[in-house]
Amino acid sequence: MIRRLILLAAIAAVLGLAAFWYLTAPASVPASALAAHTPDLANGKEMFYASGCASCHAVPKQPDKTRLGGGLALNSPFGTFYVPNISSDPKDGIGAWTDAQFITALTKGTSPEGEHYYPAFPYTSYQHIRFDDLRDLFAYLKTLPPVPGSVRDHDLPFPFNIRRTLGLWKLLFLDGKPLPPDPSRSAQWNRGAYLVNGPGHCTECHSPRNALGGVIASLRFTGGPSPDGQGGVPNITQYKLKSWSEADIAETLESGMTADADRVGGNMVEVVRNISQLTAADRMAIAAYIKSLPAVEGHKPPPKKPE
Amino acid sequence: MFVRTILAALAVGLSVGAVIAQQDPVTTREDLMKANNKHALAVVRMMRGQAPFDATAVDAAFAQWADTAQKLPSLFPDNSKTGGDNRASPKIWLNKKDFDAKAAAFAKAVAENHDKAKSSLDGLRAAIPVVGKACDNCHEDYRLSKQ
Repeated sequence: MIRRLILLAAIAAVLGLAAFWYLTAPASVPASALAAHTPDLANGKEMFYASGCASCHAVPKQPDKTRLGGGLALNSPFGTFYVPNISSDPKDGIGAWTDAQFITALTKGTSPEGEHYYPAFPYTSYQHIRFDDLRDLFAYLKTLPPVPGSVRDHDLPFPFNIRRTLGLWKLLFLDGKPLPPDPSRSAQWNRGAYLVNGPGHCTECHSPRNALGGVIASLRFTGGPSPDGQGGVPNITQYKLKSWSEADIAETLESGMTADADRVGGNMVEVVRNISQLTAADRMAIAAYIKSLPAVEGHKPPPKKPE
Repeated sequence: MFVRTILAALAVGLSVGAVIAQQDPVTTREDLMKANNKHALAVVRMMRGQAPFDATAVDAAFAQWADTAQKLPSLFPDNSKTGGDNRASPKIWLNKKDFDAKAAAFAKAVAENHDKAKSSLDGLRAAIPVVGKACDNCHEDYRLSKQ
């Protein structure tokens, strides 16, 4: 009797593991899915600034933002991530990657070795970037200087250090759904929606997250605690930005000055460094989209502890 | 003109100084920052064409910011890390030398851009973004953002 139970338990375990293995299989985009493409480096540069690559991937504590050798430490509730080298170095960076591998990394969160990336890399937003834009971005990245040296592994406690489990996380939070344009809206609004939800990845900071670290979809853009535990990120729906015009929002994105002559602070200063490099038309498009976000209150910030 | 500048600076300095003499550092620095914003808004209104260009008001703004920069390093004693609605990041006390250096850089930016700012509306439009970036220098690392 006991032996039969043990046998059943063993079979269940094997079946469970097989199911887990199947469910968490990393997805990829094959080269055969890609048509011929001539890279547009000017567009690639625009995508580079819109996506904010340098803010995480540039070598820290030095002023040259085109040196994408990685190394920055990102604190999170799940441990500390060390940002990898994405310079054009063929050995330590992505210089030897193919277009398909780059697209796979940004839209599926899968490495060329077939492993899951951690969603500290915001592929939940980057999955919405069109393939042509990704190929232009990749071509532009390869024009930037090679930086030798690979970065140390992340410092994550068990069970977060088991990469394979991210396959389950992706089933929950990486919907893979495209971002189709809204024909009832203007071309400018649609461009803004694309820039914000794709390369801009604004929701990744400006939304609250659940216990598993996934963005709470119904509360997108309502702000929340800062991902690195320092202070908070504001609500940018019309609940908070009612008095701001589109021109005010575009001004903030260019200069960092808010509608009431305050300055954006914290990580937003770095965002403005990037978005100020976009065309004025792209900033106006982003502003048009942000201005259209319906008012949602979101979570109230936790009350301050009495002294 | 010169006398007006001195009077404006004195007025700001005395009033803020009087307030400081009575308050704890957290409230003092919060009040300084609020006053900074009030003056910034006045100046920005001119830049937006919502108010006429007024060199006296520009003087008052720059006097306020210069006063803040000079007082900042002494307004963060060890016992003022929490309290009130203050948004001072703990990093200030971990990097006090860098914080003080950035306050000095802010003072320098204010001093270097005062004449240009009060010279004309175009001068103001050129000078204010430079001062703004000097504000960002501290705010990026040392002011916590609000939700």
